[in-house]
Amino acid sequence: MPKKLYNEPSPLETRVLSARFGLENSESLATYVANDGFKAFRKAREMKPEQIIEEVKTSALRGRGGAGFPTGLKWSFVPRSSPKPKYIVVNADESEPGTCKDRLLMEYDPHQMIEGILIAGLAMDSHKGYIYIRGEYRYLIDHMDRAIAEAYAQGYLGKNILGTGFDFDLYTHSGAGAYECGEETALLDSLEGKRGIPRMKPPFPAVAGVWACPTLLNNVETFSAIPVIIRDGGAAFAALGTPKNGGTRLLCISGHVNKPGVYEVPLGYPMLKFIEEIAGGIPGGKKLKAVVPGGSSCPILKADECDIPMDYDSLAKIGSMLGSGGMVVMDETTDMVKVALRIMRFYAHESCGWCIPCREGTTWLRKILQRFDDGGGRHEDVALLGELSKNMLGRTFCALGDAAAMPTISIVDKFADDFEKRLAAREMVAV
Amino acid sequence: MTFSPKLEEKFAKMLQAYPEGRKRSAVVPMLIYAQDEVGAVTPELIDEVARRCEVPPLQVDEVVGYYSMLHRKPMGKYHVQVCTNISCLLVGGMELYEHASKKLGIGHKQVTSDGQFSLEEVECMGACSWAPAVEINYDFYHHITPEKLDQLIDGLRKAH
Repeated sequence: MPKKLYNEPSPLETRVLSARFGLENSESLATYVANDGFKAFRKAREMKPEQIIEEVKTSALRGRGGAGFPTGLKWSFVPRSSPKPKYIVVNADESEPGTCKDRLLMEYDPHQMIEGILIAGLAMDSHKGYIYIRGEYRYLIDHMDRAIAEAYAQGYLGKNILGTGFDFDLYTHSGAGAYECGEETALLDSLEGKRGIPRMKPPFPAVAGVWACPTLLNNVETFSAIPVIIRDGGAAFAALGTPKNGGTRLLCISGHVNKPGVYEVPLGYPMLKFIEEIAGGIPGGKKLKAVVPGGSSCPILKADECDIPMDYDSLAKIGSMLGSGGMVVMDETTDMVKVALRIMRFYAHESCGWCIPCREGTTWLRKILQRFDDGGGRHEDVALLGELSKNMLGRTFCALGDAAAMPTISIVDKFADDFEKRLAAREMVAV
Repeated sequence: MTFSPKLEEKFAKMLQAYPEGRKRSAVVPMLIYAQDEVGAVTPELIDEVARRCEVPPLQVDEVVGYYSMLHRKPMGKYHVQVCTNISCLLVGGMELYEHASKKLGIGHKQVTSDGQFSLEEVECMGACSWAPAVEINYDFYHHITPEKLDQLIDGLRKAH
């Protein structure tokens, strides 16, 4: 049975990673193999590990989890000649607000990701991998367990894979509800059975990751991009995007649009065209007010900043990020005080408490924003919110502190009017 | 403490997944799967998981408070989780949560007196493009309106 897709695909998409979405039994190994599956693994088996890594470097693939770090470079950091065992860990802890793409990659095409993991195993001389999936995605843990069992049964996992002499074991690992565990070092602590607290870096996970062994950690979408890169070549993948921003990526669009959904487009796709033509524009002919470009941690954009190509560097140039691909569109009726408050409630809830600037900062920002929303705001609060946020930047072990501060700084800076309006309305009542 | 044969089989496999001497890694997954069967993370369950993972009970106890899906008291048979994070907020998630609260007569992390339902305002559950979203136990429901939520809850009540 063809699986019902969560949203209608758009004819404007470039479907590379999602090419098999919607095929009959798309999640089965048979469908995968019948549609180019495991060609890349066979090819990689004939390549030297350095050649595999070089191909990934050529592809200009950058991490799809949020930070956008060049994947090939990350791969080259893992000391493959280390006498310690090397591990592959998949970050499937998708929890950045606005992001819902890894779900689809695992649901519709689990074997694509498995093949990507195996190729990474070849390149790292690693023989064991873990897929860390957020606890809320239980149906996907079960789904991946079935896919893994199918791969074992048909010789695509386990001992002597496809007669190549290469062994690899793969397991799922359930989280239990913690945004912080999407941060790679916190994820590793969680994988070790502890509270997910970020670690001091260096050493980076490539050198000392899970159980102090070299560990390659990438996002679901990053691993899912590997088979096509090896199959068709890094250069072909790179050519889909823009310089230093290779390939396509799955963008999740939500909020005030007519056709919210997950769509695959090349890096550098124009943001306004994406909103208007792929996502069907804003309902009721309302005007665009703001866009969260890549998950709630990204500095928010005003409407007049949105006429840009969506690649990592273009977003960085205007002081924001492409992040995890979670794009949230807000129309002119959106109250930015409420948006800032909801974002901060999230970070205050998710701060693991390890670093004081983050734990205390998010708590006080939440309190000030709550007071403001409840009608008790003061003129000086706007500056105070900005100042408090800026004091969190760069002062924490992991990026959660920055992730809470950056959207807040951008909202009070770019949408101060919304705060002023609240104050003016109250003064009018008082008079 | 023993669990259902199916869960025992899962745990036996789970403990094999980690390298020699690293059974502590099974603590979190074991807790959440066991909680589903036992109903809550009880002191007995903590001791049992500690025994199986070969760690002191304190090392199990200390993770319970960290993970939002683990709870020491039982939730309802149907745990209704309504997302009010940003994508859901923009399309009625907050109103949906308030509606659920009124309909069930309970607030955040409370349980109905018959133990059938509990409610939680949750953070992003990864259903942003199909918002507003609700998860009941482990089942996702997308594009939920107050009317659809009523139907869902009434349906579960009848099924009981």
